[in-house]
Amino acid sequence: MRLGASPADDAFRAELASWLAAQLDGRFARLRQPDFNRNEFALLRAWERALGEAGYGCIAWPAALGGRDASLTQRVIFAEEWARAGLTPRPNHIGIELLGATLLAHGSDDQKARFLPPLAAGTEFWAQGFSEPNAGSDLSNIQTRARLDGDAWVLDGQKVWTSWAHNADWMFVLARTTPGSRGAKGLSFLLVPMRQPGVIIRPIRQMTGDEEFNEIFLDGARTDAANIVGAPGDGWAVAMATLTFERGVSTLGLQTRYRRELDQLIAAAKANGRARDPLLRHRLARAEIGLSVMRANCLRMLANIDRGTPGREGAVNKLYYGSWHQRFGELVMDVLGRAAEIAPGPDYAYQGLPKIFLQSRADTIYAGTNEIQRNIIAERWLGLPREPRG
Amino acid sequence: MDFAFTDEQQMLQDAARGFFARHAPPGAARARLTDAAGYDPATWRALVEMGWLGLDLPEAAGGLGLGLVEMAIILEQAGESLCPLPFLASAGLAARAVLATAEADRARQLLAPILSGEIIATLAGCGREGVALQLDATLRRDGGGFRLDGAAGFVPFGHVADMLFIAARDADDPSALCLLHLAPDAPGLTIDRPVQMDLLRPEAQLRFDAVAVPPAAVLGAGPGVAAALRRVIDRATILTTAEQVGGAQRCLDLSLDHARQRIAFGRPIGSFQAIKHRLADMAMQVETARSAAYYAACLAQEGDDRALAYAATMAKVHGSDAFSQCAGDTIQIHGGIGFTWEHDAHLLFKQAHSASRLFGSSDAACQRMADLMELA
Repeated sequence: MRLGASPADDAFRAELASWLAAQLDGRFARLRQPDFNRNEFALLRAWERALGEAGYGCIAWPAALGGRDASLTQRVIFAEEWARAGLTPRPNHIGIELLGATLLAHGSDDQKARFLPPLAAGTEFWAQGFSEPNAGSDLSNIQTRARLDGDAWVLDGQKVWTSWAHNADWMFVLARTTPGSRGAKGLSFLLVPMRQPGVIIRPIRQMTGDEEFNEIFLDGARTDAANIVGAPGDGWAVAMATLTFERGVSTLGLQTRYRRELDQLIAAAKANGRARDPLLRHRLARAEIGLSVMRANCLRMLANIDRGTPGREGAVNKLYYGSWHQRFGELVMDVLGRAAEIAPGPDYAYQGLPKIFLQSRADTIYAGTNEIQRNIIAERWLGLPREPRG
Repeated sequence: MDFAFTDEQQMLQDAARGFFARHAPPGAARARLTDAAGYDPATWRALVEMGWLGLDLPEAAGGLGLGLVEMAIILEQAGESLCPLPFLASAGLAARAVLATAEADRARQLLAPILSGEIIATLAGCGREGVALQLDATLRRDGGGFRLDGAAGFVPFGHVADMLFIAARDADDPSALCLLHLAPDAPGLTIDRPVQMDLLRPEAQLRFDAVAVPPAAVLGAGPGVAAALRRVIDRATILTTAEQVGGAQRCLDLSLDHARQRIAFGRPIGSFQAIKHRLADMAMQVETARSAAYYAACLAQEGDDRALAYAATMAKVHGSDAFSQCAGDTIQIHGGIGFTWEHDAHLLFKQAHSASRLFGSSDAACQRMADLMELA
């Protein structure tokens, strides 16, 4: 058990840091300006392509699929340098971390060959089509239907809370393929092209004022019959694996982003004098401790996943960090004071620390609410009896 | 980086688990509540024979040259089995204090009987309030030697120690500390073991009334001693977190058993979200505290003084939160039986409290973290 890096890892870090610095001082300088808006998607697409060309698209993957077989330590370094450079989360996180990991585990060879290299090259962006108006926490209550029509699946239904759908090329969809089935049985995991007449996207405005997610109406949308991951009817197991990735490995980047946010808040507290307030000093110290614990737990989770022995530490990770970040959002408002309530411009649009107060209300909801997380921990990992179901 | 046990560390954990399962099975702690020693000498001898006392000491000092992670592995299992032993006192505190302050030959001489288990040693590193290095003992020159006056509080296993290492203030230099050792029968030394709220963490209260201290018994003096002792206590704080992880795990396991077996309203109470969500929160605390303890052990082993201070502070606060929450919830989940003397829940609740106060409070640790963050 050790935390230190090897000389090879240090070299990887130096090479990556200098590449990032060159890009972000040059063509991609806009990416770290404070008013950079994640809806400037043409730039984000160019950025993902640049990462792909430099071999930084999906470093953890096998070289044959566009990766570089990076070790766990190198993945940690990548996330750290990414956050240190002041970058926002990967715009194609859903494609790379969720679909990519799902296909690596459950995809056919043809599917891997078709879909993984464009992810590594940064040329195809993905959305996640799981939640529906009546299938959120109760996800298996999916009503979207898909039926085979010759050599294509035809989909009808509605998806909701779909982040970045308006910029996505593809969406992975959980749909009911066995007519009359209920619950987790009879669902399939389908890969559906977004740009077709049967896919209608309507943005939803969030409490932050942003329009980051959408509702999607599937009205006879079509996809090739081969675009099913796992067997027809096995979609629930595949989707559960995807959610495990969502709550697991991909959270490493979050930890490094939170580190940056906390550093910004500490700097602000020193600048406005509230770092001398005994109560705020205490809460900032507790935030620091909580974040350090999150890092420790993340590293342990990753090390155990890497060894093929995932444990309870991974199961509790989402519950821990979501709750931490929400408390952090509240601390932001207490440190910054009422000035944080004033929007920087004429629109209802917040950036940086004040936005976290609003945005973090979602942290205990998305990717499984805290209540669902507690059910999962208790029933799957602690072996407690299930809730009776209606 | 590889934040998982090596094969050797895994074997050590298996050995420690087996050791405490054999020597401190469930229920064994009951006997400790009433005996004068507060620990089982046979178990202590068996632990000495395992060779674990010098795990983290350099080979040149007679140790095995391993690190804090290995020590933490032992403490975690000791905490889980509610098995009080002078392991932290002798190996985690006294031996490290000797190593940190005495010159090499003298250190080897003093360490030999401690590592062989021939004697039990401890460190009095706190004053009357039980806060690390906030000392109420003063050493002053007296003729050709020294004389010690004042008090030390909450000295782990001080009532059975064969050699007491005492941190004291230097009368000639109020900013400096020194370390000296005394035999328990030194004239003027009073050793009390009052009834404590936690009966499984025996601690002595010491009083010094003009205790004569020969020059050879003063190991370290001067500006470096305070920092050296701080490092010793920070390491011991991380080991205490490992013990807290073990205790919190025991809380979770007892509560899970109860929640699966206890039937109310026609169902196991563990099927109700009011109970299962509480248990999920406990599991979150146990696992994050375990991550924090071993992360801190690695940071402390690999980093500088600041890293050690940061690691100890972080581990202490989270470990204390975790064990305290789990212990309180264990009583709640058990209901009335959890409030009885007969059930082990109160032993864990009291362990959680005493562990959280070892070397100082969590609130004080947060102040220290704020200082490390340069919040001003």
